[in-house]
Amino acid sequence: MSSAATTVGSPVDGTLAGAVIVLSLLVAGWALVVALRHRPPDRIQLIGLAGLELLLLGLVLVTAVALAGGERPGEPGTFFGYLVTLVCLPPLAVVLARMEPTRWGSAIVCAVCLVTPVVVIRLQQTWQVLGG
Amino acid sequence: MAEPGGPRTRTNTGPGRLLIAVYLLFAIAASSRAALQIATRFDEAPLAYLLSALAAMVYIVAAVGLARAGHTGRRIALACCALELVGVVVVGAVSLARPDLFPDETVWSGFGSGYGYIPLVLPVLGLAWLRHTRRQGAGRGTVATPGG
Repeated sequence: MSSAATTVGSPVDGTLAGAVIVLSLLVAGWALVVALRHRPPDRIQLIGLAGLELLLLGLVLVTAVALAGGERPGEPGTFFGYLVTLVCLPPLAVVLARMEPTRWGSAIVCAVCLVTPVVVIRLQQTWQVLGG
Repeated sequence: MAEPGGPRTRTNTGPGRLLIAVYLLFAIAASSRAALQIATRFDEAPLAYLLSALAAMVYIVAAVGLARAGHTGRRIALACCALELVGVVVVGAVSLARPDLFPDETVWSGFGSGYGYIPLVLPVLGLAWLRHTRRQGAGRGTVATPGG
């Protein structure tokens, strides 16, 4: 699983980040289907969000290992801001989905799962050393 | 099953909750970004960063207003959505006309293009939702479940 991570400099560019993006989009797609069918958030969405959270915690772990190895993100402040935000997103979705046991709860899960890949991509950009 | 309990029309259930969730996300995004920019490099673009901070505050207050759902909450949300709409349009226009005034991006530059134009759509949705819930409450006296 971590075979690609060693060749790529950034710890947030590997298979794990790809898996986060794919799973997040899958959950978003499913949540959209459920919302369109006028159903509240179902077990699949909750399991998907739990899986997503595990992957994100894995991403934190990989990042911690890279930091311990002496690597540093290009924009540390922004990077850690995004990382913390990312880890908070699935729990936020679960809490809001629980508060709203209607189709709109599923819509919330969909929205949060659409935001997650964007934050992952921003995270990857802030690791690279850029001019601006 | 999905019947809202109270007699009042509420801004904080159904689609309103989705709106609040998106407002929350933007509040987090804008405020952390503004805090970081102001803390680390305020001198580079003070106007842009102060605007980011203002935008962040507006998102937070709007989310709270929608979530509170009373008369006051509604009024607060209305003011915030209006301010947001004016802000995103004015800042968007100025950032295109006079880019030198904004050396760094704000949430509202280019009509929110850096954030998928959601900053432009969000206040419109907010105003539409406030209007919708008010009309429903005035028309029926009791809550009707939103049809679809």
